[in-house]
Amino acid sequence: MATDISVPASLDHGTPGPGSAAGRNPWWRSGNIAYGLVGAVIGYSIGHFLGNWIASGYQQVQGSGQNDLALVLGYLVATLGWLAGLGALNYPLQKLVGIQVTSEESEDIEHRKLGAYFKYTLDHKVVGVQYLFGMLAYFIMAGLFALVIRSELLSATRHLLAPDKYLEVVGEHGTMMMMMMTSAILGPFGNYFVPLMIGARRMAYPRLEALSFWITPAAFVVLLSGLLVGGFPTGWTGYAPLSVEATMGQDAYLVAFGLMGISMIIGGFNIIATVVNYRAPGMTWMRLPLFVWAMFVTSLLMALAAPILVGGTYMTLMDRTVQTALFDVNHGGSSYLWQDLYWFFGHPEVYILALPGFGIALELLPVFARKPAFAYRTAVAGMVGVGMLSFFVWQHHLFASGMNSDMRPVIMLTTEMISFPTGIIYLTAIGTLWRARLRMTVPMLFIIGMLFNFLIGGISGVFLSDVPTDAVAHGTFFVMAHFHYTIMGGYMFAFFAGIYYWLPKMTGHQLSQRLGKWHFWVLFIAFNSTFLPLFAIGELGMPRRVFEYQRALQGLNDWVSISAYVIGIGILIFVYNFVKTVVIDPRTPLAADTWGSRGLEWFTSTPPVATNFVHIPEVVSGPYEYGSDAGPMAVLDAGATELRPGATVHEGN
Amino acid sequence: MMTAKAGPSGEPAELSDRQHLSRIGIIWLVLSVVCMALVYFAWGPHMPPGTDSVQAKGQQFDNTVLATVATPVILFIWVYLAYVLINWRVRADTPVAELRDGPAIRGNLRFQATWMIVTGATVLSMFIFGTYELVKDSGSGTGSGQAPIWTPAGYSVDASQNKLLVVQAIGQQWRWTFRYPQFGGIETSQLVIPAGQEIQYSVTSLDVIHSFWATNLGIKADANPGVNNIAFGQATKIGPIDIRCAELCGVWHGAMYATGQVVSRNDFQTWIAAEQYAHKDLITFLPPYADFYLPQSDGGFYDPSANPLPNPPGPTPATSPTVIP
Amino acid sequence: MTQIDDSKAQLGLPRSGRLALVTGVLVVVGAALAFTFAYLISYPSTVVAAATASDTVVLQSVGAIGLGNHPTWVSYMAQENGNWVHSTVLTVPANSDVHFKIYQYDSGSPLRNPYMDQVAGTVGGTETLNGQVVRIVNDNADGGIGHTFAIPSLGVYVPMPGISSLQTNACSTPVPCATTFDHNTVEFTIHTGAPGTFTWQCFVPCGLGFLIGNGGPMSTFGYMGGYLKVVA
Repeated sequence: MATDISVPASLDHGTPGPGSAAGRNPWWRSGNIAYGLVGAVIGYSIGHFLGNWIASGYQQVQGSGQNDLALVLGYLVATLGWLAGLGALNYPLQKLVGIQVTSEESEDIEHRKLGAYFKYTLDHKVVGVQYLFGMLAYFIMAGLFALVIRSELLSATRHLLAPDKYLEVVGEHGTMMMMMMTSAILGPFGNYFVPLMIGARRMAYPRLEALSFWITPAAFVVLLSGLLVGGFPTGWTGYAPLSVEATMGQDAYLVAFGLMGISMIIGGFNIIATVVNYRAPGMTWMRLPLFVWAMFVTSLLMALAAPILVGGTYMTLMDRTVQTALFDVNHGGSSYLWQDLYWFFGHPEVYILALPGFGIALELLPVFARKPAFAYRTAVAGMVGVGMLSFFVWQHHLFASGMNSDMRPVIMLTTEMISFPTGIIYLTAIGTLWRARLRMTVPMLFIIGMLFNFLIGGISGVFLSDVPTDAVAHGTFFVMAHFHYTIMGGYMFAFFAGIYYWLPKMTGHQLSQRLGKWHFWVLFIAFNSTFLPLFAIGELGMPRRVFEYQRALQGLNDWVSISAYVIGIGILIFVYNFVKTVVIDPRTPLAADTWGSRGLEWFTSTPPVATNFVHIPEVVSGPYEYGSDAGPMAVLDAGATELRPGATVHEGN
Repeated sequence: MMTAKAGPSGEPAELSDRQHLSRIGIIWLVLSVVCMALVYFAWGPHMPPGTDSVQAKGQQFDNTVLATVATPVILFIWVYLAYVLINWRVRADTPVAELRDGPAIRGNLRFQATWMIVTGATVLSMFIFGTYELVKDSGSGTGSGQAPIWTPAGYSVDASQNKLLVVQAIGQQWRWTFRYPQFGGIETSQLVIPAGQEIQYSVTSLDVIHSFWATNLGIKADANPGVNNIAFGQATKIGPIDIRCAELCGVWHGAMYATGQVVSRNDFQTWIAAEQYAHKDLITFLPPYADFYLPQSDGGFYDPSANPLPNPPGPTPATSPTVIP
Repeated sequence: MTQIDDSKAQLGLPRSGRLALVTGVLVVVGAALAFTFAYLISYPSTVVAAATASDTVVLQSVGAIGLGNHPTWVSYMAQENGNWVHSTVLTVPANSDVHFKIYQYDSGSPLRNPYMDQVAGTVGGTETLNGQVVRIVNDNADGGIGHTFAIPSLGVYVPMPGISSLQTNACSTPVPCATTFDHNTVEFTIHTGAPGTFTWQCFVPCGLGFLIGNGGPMSTFGYMGGYLKVVA
């Protein structure tokens, strides 16, 4: 099948390829974060000036005392400045003006020195680690906002926050979680492990990959900065015309979401191209690890759905800055347009937030059950089916909207049909667990927890796909509990499973399993205790995103809030574990193949060498052939035997 | 089914696949029967949104049916996971070198086919049930757009032929008001409706998207500007109505609620006559009833082009009576 | 399964250095978070508007507040101990008749929903406009409605006419406006019930420069909306 292609000549001799510092850049081209920050400040000033120059005379700018155009241009040029300062534009600009870039990887720096992790770099493993730290930071920040929300809802009528500040927090929490966390698994684990699991030395588009990461801090800062200009009142869904009417913070939401959309598109294309083109010899499609399949389908969804989001945010920005009327019903616009655009992206997006979790679950189950993945081909079909169907269900978010009401049975059918491929994921899971020799390690605890939570999330989704029951649940805390069960309970539990499972490979450090168990049990119990009552709260008449509610519901809400604080404690245990075992008291696993996995990613040293594999392995069997006589998954060239799983090799540590 | 009797390690003979399956099956069956009965008969009658209207009752029934169908599905996974965790575990800290593999079962056509047929049939029956219920009363409480195709008897697109009592729910940032076109188009701040009568709720908005949610009546319809979103409902019990906005509409969304009453037909006549009297002066300032009202983007009121305003009292605005004592 | 590996320096630092690094990061992040969350729970100052025996809340609505982050936005000033303060959090006594006196300096526009032409929820269902007791104000007449003082959960809706276009001596910044400028004086009385926090707001689309007039000051706490804190 796939042959090994386009390995730079320097790599064939086992020398550190992307890590080699062939030609040093002059100081002004050696990008780093400090230059990036300077570039952002300069860029913001330029953009702001431009915006003021263009629009300060606009009637609505003078009336409202706010210049949206200046802010938007400031954000955009600041992002460009940030990327330029990081050095992300050097290569394309050099190529653009015809300068021959002699060494493809000349911008890179030596692998795994600390500085590499703070730079725009072409090593997918460094990008993976950058993503991991970034995603954890975004996740924790957004989680803190959730605790503020729950603090406000401790009382039905007394208010910790002013109503506008409350909505700002709701919006920041929701948007940060839903837009930044799209890459929570694909970012760290997809980027790090897809090449390793398919036997590639590198990504197809390492520059795009690095760019996809370095856009995320820009998006994060832009989103957070919305608080400084009044926040946005629309929540993460950003419905127009409320979003057009809103104060300047809405621009932060739109720019940030648009930037993340771009990050998703290019990150997705990179993984698609890598999986299609860079598989090792013998790595046929039907030998592809299920995690890689999940990443592949997720990337397809990202590449196909996110452009709609970028278009939507662009249109709203036009409405806000130069007074187009795409969403203004008085001038030929429609309040339905954004809902359609948004959910046409948004529904695939919730599968962008589910499939990677399935992928990790199905990847880890065979390892810890010591059995082949049950019904592998069916599972692949299931994931592809989920991905495809996700484009045909978006109007179930609009069941009560009055639009296209005679189409509702069709949307009901497509929505309920999604439970068919999703059921296949469970089919594979329970088939794999049959007569398993199951090790309930910490990653496995999280996977079982995920199967438990996602089941509740999925079943509650049936109530939302059915129009009459959706009439009660739509727009209430029921919906909110439903998607927290699928995303937090499913996706984020899988994310933690991935951290416990793969961190030894990524860093050479293994998190404390004892603390990991504490983390799991506190999180699992507190999570269910938080979100299960929210189903009832929603059904009993509490809409989402309200700061006042019926006094009768205060008891339940208090229970939920206190449980939410316990979730915070669970996350604190994790942070302590992470910082302690990675930074302060590093713990090294005794065996290189910590978990006894057959997977290709364990066919190299821990952490992997800069070129991933000293010699590209030849894949001779599937990744899940436990209990069969298939032998190892791949054969390595003679002379590379010291890197077989089981051998204890520590590098750079 | 699966035939492997024991792991490849040659351990002492375990239970056969069939024995394992029947154990799981029996536990699951017993639990399912008990829990389904509990869900349907004990929990069902208490499920939201209650029984204050035909729609609410229908939605309660749908909730009950879906919950009853979901019960064995949830129980199957739970029972199975519990069974696996109890029976097929080895020590988590088994050294890698001592790990032994389980049986190499890559698939089982019968099991896969059964699974898919069962899930497929469940999905399809859910869809048929959902569509049937949507077309019936329980679905009519959701907003069905300008020209609903499943309508109760007496409804007509032609307002003069429409035999239903029409109530227009107008959302604006940030309150609900209600208009009764069949009673001179008067506007009220409370929703008062007669019990036992089919009502047409015409929901619209003057600015952003709201969602009209009469929580205990099972009515939910988005209020979009420039749109007449119709839902139907028939309240059966006399009592209060709790109305909230169910779509984020800005800073005071959390405080955007209204109250109402379901009353007897006689009381309704009395109430509406009193309202008409109380607002007899105001009515001249209100625009004629329309399906929707286009707000002016420069901060105005009902769009004169869509709804010609009644002539303002008096010859010119400057000297007209601007107030009524 | 694992061993503590402290033989080599992580991050090029000894253990104590790494501890110090983590502590430093924690302090910086903690400070940033404290700042953020302190900002989020900050409120405009509360005015004890009616603690005196006369129980009169005196407000003025101005076309542009002229101070703070949004000097062009409309807002209210409240009188406390004879001083004008920019605040919309008012404290009034429970179970008593609270008299409001509002000087309305802003120009007006028609109401989005003329239903609120009619005074509601006040004692007698009327307001006193420049000395005249009225039930209904025509929002479509000259001047329109400047603002409505509305407490939806108490059913209070009081339209306050904008200043007429025929008047020329409009108040502009700096606020507070003196009574020598054109204004309408609106007075009304509401009866407060049990203690609680009630939201009050405006229903005139007065957010100049915002789509449908409801952004900016209309959507920001402390400008065209606030709390009425009814205390025992």
